[in-house]
This record gives sequence, C-alpha cells and structure tokens, in this order.
Amino acid sequence: MTARGFLGKVLAVVLGVGLVAGGWELFKAVVGVNDLKMPPVSEIAGTFFEPVQRGRSEILAVFLLKSAWFTLKEAAIGFVVGTVVGLGLAVAMLRSQFLDRGLGPWINISQTVPLIALAPIVVTWGRTTFLSDVQAVSLIAAYLTFFPVAVNGLAGLKSPDPEAVELMRSYAAPWGKTLLRLRLPAARPYLFPAFKLAATLSIVGAIVGEISAGVPGGLGRVILDFASRYSTGPERLYAAVLAAGLLGLFVFGLTNLAERIAMRGQPEVAQ
Amino acid sequence: MNANPADPAGTQAVAISGIHKTFNEGTDDEVHALEGIDLTVAPGEFVSLIGPSGCGKSTLLRLIADLLQPTSGHIEVFAKPAPQARVDRDYGMAFQTAGLFDWRKVGANIELPLELMGWSASKRRARSAEMLELVKLPDIANRYPWQLSGGMQQRVAIARALSFRPRLLLMDEPFGALDEMTREHMQKELLSIVAELDTTVVFVTHSISEAAFLSNRVVVLSPRPGRVHRVVNVTLGERTEDTREDPEFFKKATEIREALRSVEAAS
Repeated sequence: MTARGFLGKVLAVVLGVGLVAGGWELFKAVVGVNDLKMPPVSEIAGTFFEPVQRGRSEILAVFLLKSAWFTLKEAAIGFVVGTVVGLGLAVAMLRSQFLDRGLGPWINISQTVPLIALAPIVVTWGRTTFLSDVQAVSLIAAYLTFFPVAVNGLAGLKSPDPEAVELMRSYAAPWGKTLLRLRLPAARPYLFPAFKLAATLSIVGAIVGEISAGVPGGLGRVILDFASRYSTGPERLYAAVLAAGLLGLFVFGLTNLAERIAMRGQPEVAQ
Repeated sequence: MNANPADPAGTQAVAISGIHKTFNEGTDDEVHALEGIDLTVAPGEFVSLIGPSGCGKSTLLRLIADLLQPTSGHIEVFAKPAPQARVDRDYGMAFQTAGLFDWRKVGANIELPLELMGWSASKRRARSAEMLELVKLPDIANRYPWQLSGGMQQRVAIARALSFRPRLLLMDEPFGALDEMTREHMQKELLSIVAELDTTVVFVTHSISEAAFLSNRVVVLSPRPGRVHRVVNVTLGERTEDTREDPEFFKKATEIREALRSVEAAS
C-alpha cells in the first residue's frame, strides 16, 4: 500500500466514526431520547478512561482489554477446534458419498437450534463430565465455527476442474496427495471467507457461552454486570458492547491478514 | 505380438481391441459412446483421432489413459494393461485447458509429476529447467501461470506432461483454445519436441488441417456410437511451414474432409 493509500484509509475510518457519532447525537436531538437510554458520545468515550470502580486505579479501557483477551482465548480455542472439525467433516463428506448424504442434513439442522437454547445444555453436560466451564464456552464457540468451514470447505474441495483431477489420476497420485496438492490449495478462495465468518462467530459464541455459563473474566460477564447496573452508568454498557464489536473486528482483520499471506502470488481479484 | 521388453520391435505403443463403452448402462440415460474399436499405434507414431462432436474421441483417449474403464474389450499400453501403464506412468497427458495450478509457479507446475514420483528437489529443478529450454521458454520458471499467454501456458503444460519422459503422450484438443497463428506455431513446436524425445502421440482434434499436418495416421470416427470409419495415412515427410501449402497436404486434408462428410451423411 502506498503512503497516500494508507492516509486515505485512515481518513475513511475517522470519517466513518465521525458520521456514526454525529448520527447518534442528531437522532437523540431530533427524536428526543434522554441520556439514560442513549448517553452522549462524549460520555461513552470518556468512560473508557475512568476507573472501573471507585477506589481502583485501573481504567475501564484496560479492564475491557483484559476481559477481551480472556474471551479471545476462549474464542480462539473454539475457532481452532471448529475449523479442524469443519475441515474434517468436509474431507469425510468428499471421500464418502454415504457420509455426504448422511451428515449433510444434520450439519444444516445443527445451525437451526438457537445457540442461546443450546449453551446451557453444553455447560451442564460439561459439568457432569470432564469439561471445565471455560472449555464448555470454547465448545459453544466451536459449535458456531465448524459450520461455515464445513460447508464452504466441501464446496472448495470439489471446486477443481475435472481435468485437474484427471491429471492427478494420470500421475497415479494417491487420494491423499490429490487432496494436499490440488484440492486444498484450490479450496483457499472458498475457505477464507468461511474463516472470516467463523472468526467473528467464535467471538459471538464465546460471549453467549460466558453469559450462559456464568463464566467470570470475559466480556460476556462484563456485559451482564454492566447491564444490571445500567441505571447508574449506561455509558459503561455501551463501552463494553463497543469493545465486543471491536474484538470481532480484530479477529476479522487477523483472518484477512492470514488470507493475504496464504494467497500471495495470486492474481488480484477486482474489488 | 511380441511382449518381451528386451525386444520392443514387436510391441505396440497402444493396442486397442474390441472396445465398447456404454455410459450409465441399464438406465434411461444410457449412452453408447464407442462400439467395436480396434486400433493399434506403433512406437514413434503420431496418430490423430478426429470425428464429429460427441463421437467419443475424448472417451477413447481417456480409456487409453485408464481415466475411464471400457464396458468390454481390452487396451494395452506398451504391452501392459492400461491400468498398469497408468500406475507405471507410461504416458503423459495434456488437455484443452492447460490446467496449470494457479498457486504454483511455472517451474513448480512442471515439477508436480516429479514430486509425486519422489524425485529430489535438485533433480526436479534441473529437469524443469531442461523442459523449459525444450519448449523455448527458458526464463519463466518463477512466473505464475496467470502471467502467461494461452500459448505459453500450453507449452508449459506440454513440458509438464513430458517432464518424466513418458514414451506416450495423450493430448485432448490441446490447441483448441488458441488463435490460428499461435496454433500453427505450436503444432510445429510439438512435432520437434516429440521427435527429439522420441515420443508416441495420440492426439484428439476437431481440426482437419491440424490432423493432416501433425499425423502419420488420422483415424476418422463415426458419430455416436463411435466406430473407426476410416484411417487416412499421411505421408508428407518432414513438416515445415511450407508443408501447409504443399498440394499433397491439401490432398490429405481433402481425403479427411470427405471421410468426415461421408460419415456424417451416413448417420
């Protein structure tokens, strides 16, 4: 990226934030919403730099950052587990038509169960077995993650031209080598959009999981706490929700970066 | 037929006997693609398969390659059953789409079959450089396929198909997507490459002039179900650009054209 291009991007972000903040205040003024429902932008921004609690020196921004790190770790484990399971399912369904027909519908049904209904079951089930609550939260994140990876992964693995598959067969390449040398590289343009979706979903899963399981330390608990004390500090709930959004944006950015590295040397796709 | 490898004089490169191929047998979508095909290709020969679209010429090529299995009949490649020849990598293959892997540089594309055969990195690199030399693209090992023109991509595909020096090259309309001038140029290049490596070629095409220019023999197939309608022997000596203006060349092209016409009229 050129220096000019970078400056342009920064300017676009600043402008975007400005527009949202301006829209927020304008909406309040025009419709007449009070500060309790929609605290002023300045108060939300300012609360990041105020102490978390009276008498504690830690400011909210640092506290949120620590909570976000806790949630990120849960989400990351969920993302990795979900991706491995998703890819494994895609490969299994590619290999066996029987599994494709057998598993396909269940994979779709799995996502029609509302997460909020499922989370307590996973936590309870976890407590009666070997899973800690934090691990149960990761499992919930994995549950959301595996789906896009499995679905897009299968489409990607099936994407090579029949002639490319014939070519590998003409070399008497075993199935596994065809998978590694042809199908997986060809699946990258299908996998990365799935990874981006999966990464943000893993954050959603971790936060919902924390709230359901009552796991302390992460953004889920912070949101729950600040919601219960909304009347005395509404801006803090907004700040926490903003932090959750930024965390999602952060993991999205990470997968974007990974995509650029993995797709190096490929023709640039028209934006 | 003499199958003794010590005395390959009697061994055919390809021996096809009594081949029938029916797709989706016993269903409503049953298609009789090929019927009673007998054909031999001698070592060093260049044989083209030509015929109306859907006549099964590509199917026949894939049967030789063991990418498809015949419904009945028998195919031998260098006196081995076709499946064994495939496992032994006795043939290389090139398709209409060059089919280079986008994520591999040109050199790595040519090295792909060598990689699968377990060659060391240094041997692979030496061979891919040699092959690029042979197809007259010596300086592009580090380019990506999408940076090349269609003709250059097809040359790389030929280099890849021949990188492990198979004795047989199977080609399915490899120049079908190229413009006329590039195509004629590629035909001459192909002939000099296979002459240098002493490769037998079975070539599927729908171009009459291409078949006449390239081949020792042109096999004209009938419409579905494909049968061998006529075999045209082409004796033109060494091919040069002037061959295309040689009266003998026109005569052969006319002979192929008339064979194609009569077979279409008969159906």
